[in-house]
Amino acid sequence: MTAQLEYPDLQDSDALLSVQGLWKVFGPKAQRVPRRPELAALDRTDLYAKTGCTAAVRDLSFDVAPGEVFVVMGLSGSGKSTLVRCLTRLIEPTAGRLVFEGEDLRAADEKRLRALRRSKFSMVFQHFGLLPHRKVIDNVSYGLEIRGESKPDRRRRAQEVIDLVGLSGNEHLYPEQLSGGMQQRVGLARALANDPDVLLFDEPFSALDPLIRREMQTEVVRLHREVGKTMVFITHDLSEALKLGDRILLMRDGAAVQLGTGDELVGAPADDYVREFVRDVQRADVLTLRWIARRPRDGEPLDGPELGPDVLVREATRLVLEADRPVKVVSNGTLLGVIGDEEILAVVADN
Amino acid sequence: MAAITSDMEVEVRRPRRSVIVGVLLVVWVAAYFVLRGIDTLVLGGQETTPLHRWLTEHRDGVGQGNVFFDAIRIAVDHFVVLLQNVISQPSFDRPVPVIGWLGVVAIAAYCAWAFGNWKVAVLTAAGLAFVGLQGLWQESMDTLALTVAAVLLSLLVAIPLGIWAGLSDRAFRVATLVLDLMQTLPTFVYLAPLTLFFAIGPAAATIATLIYAAPPAVRLTAHAIRSVPPESVEAARSLGSTRGQTLLKVLLPMSRSTVVVGINQTIMAALSMVTVAALIDAPGLGQTVLKALQTLDVGVAFNAGLAIVVIAIVLDRVTTAAGDRPWRTASVRRKVLLGVGALAVLVAIWFSRTYVWAAEFPSDVNVGSRIAVVATDVTNWVHNVFGGFTYGLRDAVTIGLLNPLEGLLTGSPWWLVSAVVVALAAVLGGWRGAVPAAVCLVLLVATGVWQDSMVTLASTLLATVVVVAVGLALGVWAGRNRRVDTWIRPVLDAGQTMPPFVYLVPFLALFGTSRFTAIAAAVVFAVPVTTKIVADGIRAVPVATVEAANSVGSSAWQVISKVQLPVARRAITLAVNQGLIYVLSMVVVGGLVGAGALGYDVAAGFAQSELYGKGLAAGLAIVLLGVMLDRITQAAARRTQNFQNRGDKR
Repeated sequence: MTAQLEYPDLQDSDALLSVQGLWKVFGPKAQRVPRRPELAALDRTDLYAKTGCTAAVRDLSFDVAPGEVFVVMGLSGSGKSTLVRCLTRLIEPTAGRLVFEGEDLRAADEKRLRALRRSKFSMVFQHFGLLPHRKVIDNVSYGLEIRGESKPDRRRRAQEVIDLVGLSGNEHLYPEQLSGGMQQRVGLARALANDPDVLLFDEPFSALDPLIRREMQTEVVRLHREVGKTMVFITHDLSEALKLGDRILLMRDGAAVQLGTGDELVGAPADDYVREFVRDVQRADVLTLRWIARRPRDGEPLDGPELGPDVLVREATRLVLEADRPVKVVSNGTLLGVIGDEEILAVVADN
Repeated sequence: MAAITSDMEVEVRRPRRSVIVGVLLVVWVAAYFVLRGIDTLVLGGQETTPLHRWLTEHRDGVGQGNVFFDAIRIAVDHFVVLLQNVISQPSFDRPVPVIGWLGVVAIAAYCAWAFGNWKVAVLTAAGLAFVGLQGLWQESMDTLALTVAAVLLSLLVAIPLGIWAGLSDRAFRVATLVLDLMQTLPTFVYLAPLTLFFAIGPAAATIATLIYAAPPAVRLTAHAIRSVPPESVEAARSLGSTRGQTLLKVLLPMSRSTVVVGINQTIMAALSMVTVAALIDAPGLGQTVLKALQTLDVGVAFNAGLAIVVIAIVLDRVTTAAGDRPWRTASVRRKVLLGVGALAVLVAIWFSRTYVWAAEFPSDVNVGSRIAVVATDVTNWVHNVFGGFTYGLRDAVTIGLLNPLEGLLTGSPWWLVSAVVVALAAVLGGWRGAVPAAVCLVLLVATGVWQDSMVTLASTLLATVVVVAVGLALGVWAGRNRRVDTWIRPVLDAGQTMPPFVYLVPFLALFGTSRFTAIAAAVVFAVPVTTKIVADGIRAVPVATVEAANSVGSSAWQVISKVQLPVARRAITLAVNQGLIYVLSMVVVGGLVGAGALGYDVAAGFAQSELYGKGLAAGLAIVLLGVMLDRITQAAARRTQNFQNRGDKR
């Protein structure tokens, strides 16, 4: 309830996927919890004590723009995996609206939902969810098979995405013969095969080694650049969120804590929880000059070098320290502020 | 002094349960000497009660008149006869079956190779050739035809039920309840009531086998479907699979190996039931064993028993190999070889339809008679050398233990026995034990075979005591020692897959026909399951608990008696329960080798039509005994569990 209204930079009309007041409550007579304000206001322990219910997702609202990488972050148990399953109704939401391309998803019947899942959405799972009795190529073409495409067509398409994710040469192996990273590439290829509009990732890399994880993150960045899909990405790893996300939704106990870009989370934490969360981040790598510029002091020389507001602090450090006067932060010809040595050092030394 | 004692609170402690049990038994024995011979409800071998005569009269009324049961019987009969025509009996105006021995061996070996591997294919060919050499080809094929029919019908019912129970929580709960109940009934008891509906013959045998063999397949199919990782199912749904697609393309393929384990258990259960079903005139090896047992021809019984063991081993190995086969689809080379193999099989079938030598198993090399002679010789030798010892042991146990116990049970008035049993049940299991016990005892009296029931009960109790003692010792040993476990477990597994008939043969050789023989066979039959459950229970005791006990300096015996056995108490009561049921079913089969009583009544009921009703009543009495013993031990188990829970809360 804190964050969603603070960043109304997207109009409903240009959102690809719009989530409004979404609830998912597990437990007996779950329906009553979102309906009755006195129950909806209870925190986790009180709600459980009073009703035996657990709210995994509480009154979430956000929009995902076309082509955006939208990251949902939170610790385990914060409801992020439930949220992503609610988006395609793999888990049926308890209350709220889901609008995809102007269509009300919650009103879709079983058949329509299947059609959407077959062509518009795809999901990548934490433990891959591969079918051990099928070869790589048959795993990848599973989605095409169930929507009734002919064998030559699906073979051709499967081969395309296998090449795209860098699995060439492994088509006829079985999943158990591949490493974890390679298995997740199969999961990725399977999700890409039916050419969806939205890719949903449920902590896809948390079961992988750190090295492989970084490699796969780079892979996702590359794929996003090449195929330009909209992505909803679930993770508990802040550096992953900062690396991939255009915007990040931070969740706690099912509710939104803050929604914003990476530098907004680091530069302007909404509360102590977020501040604690982002404490160990290399701030210089995340913050841009916009966050540290200050109003010029009286009599300060304003003929120093100019930089844009979206330059990272790390990139500006050398220039600012070498300049003998404050650096100006200018956007479209307007002076936003200046940055001197102490502002830069405050960020860099903080690490 | 008086003042002091009056001030003290007198603590009224309930006496320990073992004390109450002891007092009850002493009172019983005392009463026995006073009341001996009154109201003992004796019924002679050829005597019958009005109930028995009524059942005999209505033997055909229910089965033959009823359209529903008739339709089932005729359909099943046709199916079995069809299979027999194909592999075992002369058919279609030819003196030989449709496919001769060479064709059958080729088909069986080919299937073993295609579903398993070449090793089990060789084993299959060798095994079938061996039973042919034993001179038991046709009997073996009858057994195989009946087993195949029963297994196919079982799976037809069991797999869909298992899938249903795998998908629906409610169906799963109902199925678990029903299957648990079915497993408590001794195998033997299915036979009697079924003959009422389906008449004596292959149909009733097949249906009895079906009922006995289907549960493992239902259970394991449901379990397999439930253990498919939820993420794979979710992935399939997220790609837009329909329910049918998810089932066919994800759930079923991923449950395959566990379902095959279920099929394996179904096949083994079917084989063992098909041989026992010889009692209701099912054709095959069971008949041979049965006739030999009845004429005390140990050599022939051993030969046929050996054939059953060989077939059991072949079926077990092949299905196990089929379950272990990895996911991979066949390589091109294997596909070509499979195609060539199929051609070879067709050629073999053609040979077996064209040449007599390939159709009828050659009888000139008959190993069977030699095996029978050797077995008889060995038996005689054992008789001569150990006869003094084995017969002495038998007589000592019979006179020292069995006769007094049986005398106590059969000589006391029925109401005295009933009162004592209900009281014991109440002490051990509360009302949950006492009420079912009372109901079962009343019904036992109504069956009219009270005294035979008491004879069977005496043998069952004695055998169970031995089984529990041996099972506990072996189970604790195996549970505490991994090496012993890996060594002992295959033996136990093998023991459990053998049809019960087979056990009788060696004991017949050692001890002759007697009640003791049945008890000894029952002990050997029931020890594996008891040992396994105890060993698993001991193993399940948390390592930390045992380490804690060791760290305070307990001796091995103290660890066993004060930590491991008490913690594993639930497993041990379950072991006693299963031991009882296994013993009961074996003691009944032992009616064939001189144990008499209920087992004999049932067998006689199948053999002599005028005793049919009595046999049926005896079958019912076995069910009642089984249910009574099961309820009492279950209630006792629950009671100990409650004590533990209450202790935990404190």
